[in-house]
Amino acid sequence: MPYDRRLRGPNMSVDAATVRRIAHLARIAVDDTEVPHLQGELNAILAFVEQLQEVNVDGVEPMTSVTPMAMKMRPDLVNDGEIADKIVANAAVTHDHFFLVPKVVE
Amino acid sequence: MNAPVKPSNLIKGATGDWEMVIGLEVHAQVTSNAKLFSGASTAFGGDPNSHVSLVDAAMPGMLPVINEECVRQAVRTGLGLNAQINLRSVFDRKNYFYPDLPQGYQISQYKSPIVGEGEVVVDLADGTSFVVGIERLHLEQDAGKSLHEQHADMSAIDLNRSGVALMEIVSKPDMRSSEQAKAYVTKLRTILRYLATCDGDMEKGSLRADVNVSVRRPGEPFGTRCEIKNVNSIRFIGQAIEHEARRQIEILEDGGSIDQQTRLFDPDKGETRAMRSKEEAHDYRYFPDPDLLPLEFSQSFVDALKTDLPELPDQKKARFIADLGLTPYDAAVLVNEHESANFYESVLAGLANARRDGKVAANWVINELFGRLNKEGLSIAASPVSAPQLAAIIDLIGEGTISGKIAKDLFEIVWTEGGDPRVLVEARGMKQVTDMGAIEKAVEDIVAANPDKVAQVRAKPQMIGWFVGQVMKASGGKVNPQAVNDLLKTKLGL
Repeated sequence: MPYDRRLRGPNMSVDAATVRRIAHLARIAVDDTEVPHLQGELNAILAFVEQLQEVNVDGVEPMTSVTPMAMKMRPDLVNDGEIADKIVANAAVTHDHFFLVPKVVE
Repeated sequence: MNAPVKPSNLIKGATGDWEMVIGLEVHAQVTSNAKLFSGASTAFGGDPNSHVSLVDAAMPGMLPVINEECVRQAVRTGLGLNAQINLRSVFDRKNYFYPDLPQGYQISQYKSPIVGEGEVVVDLADGTSFVVGIERLHLEQDAGKSLHEQHADMSAIDLNRSGVALMEIVSKPDMRSSEQAKAYVTKLRTILRYLATCDGDMEKGSLRADVNVSVRRPGEPFGTRCEIKNVNSIRFIGQAIEHEARRQIEILEDGGSIDQQTRLFDPDKGETRAMRSKEEAHDYRYFPDPDLLPLEFSQSFVDALKTDLPELPDQKKARFIADLGLTPYDAAVLVNEHESANFYESVLAGLANARRDGKVAANWVINELFGRLNKEGLSIAASPVSAPQLAAIIDLIGEGTISGKIAKDLFEIVWTEGGDPRVLVEARGMKQVTDMGAIEKAVEDIVAANPDKVAQVRAKPQMIGWFVGQVMKASGGKVNPQAVNDLLKTKLGL
């Protein structure tokens, strides 16, 4: 199952609408005048990545680590938290240790 | 998928019958002390942002380290759902923006979940059962909480839940009525409680469901579905499904078509409404989380957890029926709630002869005790009559020391005053009269005083009940009715 079909396949290129959409999803403000430039950059990256498609990786497991190692686990112990002052220290607006953000209601 | 259509499940529309197709995604909070990837507490109801580590707040440079107990809990749950356990699974990032999701993504499992296909046997109120397929179970992080009511133009964010481990349990679209869906969630909750992998407390949000509903003409392919998000009670699940199915039927019968959408259930109005349109909300751009290696464990790790699995409701029910002769209905009533089963088992443990009196004990627990608790609005934990006390009462019946009728009086005394049933029986002279001479005398007195009834009973033997009643009354219920019955038959020559 491909992670994102639009960025895969033989003809990997993004159009202006896709650039705007990606920017919106990433919550990055992109001015219309910047779109052609970004489109070129993204397509250059994709073209580079496309070269990798030439390598036959049939039957090769994706590499997740340079050395074979198992994921470290932690015991089920409460040994962190209770630092509400620190958690909200950098927040623009707080109240009673809550973060306050512009109203979002669904 | 295409089980025979049950006519009782069909909805009558203006243009013919419709069938609902329902699948559920249940989010169950994993029971653990610490969060999925941090050492902060999972305790409910802390002060704002108190149970939050720098990892949960997604401070730059923080890295997640998985809590091994959450992994065990997910595997246990998978085993309890008779499901495939995947020895290798992968964590992915599910990307979306919301203020209560500080990372900007939820760590979840997408392509490779920890648990694969399984099944749950679901019991319905009419005594029949059906099977719901499990598609998968995966581990993921909960988000924080947004509070919109406290400030006029601001939302308040509390990250205490942020990073708490959830199991998302996805069913196959195997349900065909709201009753079935409710029964499935009820059974799933029971299994989770037996496993102690989720407390199932829907009021605290420990268990919530996304409900997928579509309708179709019987026998036809699945229709377009709508997903109702975050329904947080079993009753609401039923209401949301009923409303949603009717809404869809109305549209289809008017010649329209269903838009696949995400909807919300409004409990006050009892209806669903579309969430404000965010078509990009479904573009989660999943990719493997580069901060986490694949989750791998051995078959022996799974086998050890399997060995330590507690007895599950289906097994317990079968044992109650086979070993103690309980009816399937009584056995189901006792196992449905883990607390009920535990109480009943404590009573059994206190009995002198559980094999003989287990069935009587079930009747007492269900009818006398639960009946009374319900009437007074008490939980089992708050029962004034303890399991050992109830066991003693049942022992006294079983060994013939008191009659069933006296036992009810004794139960009443223990309920209101407390005390050791055995001592109470002695102290208050409640013992059943076992002196056959005394019983004989009582029988003779009744027979002698009622010559007219004696004549009647000779013609109509079932009238013997009246005599038994009279003797019981005269003795204050302290004689064994069977003994009286036997004696009467001899005396009256029946």
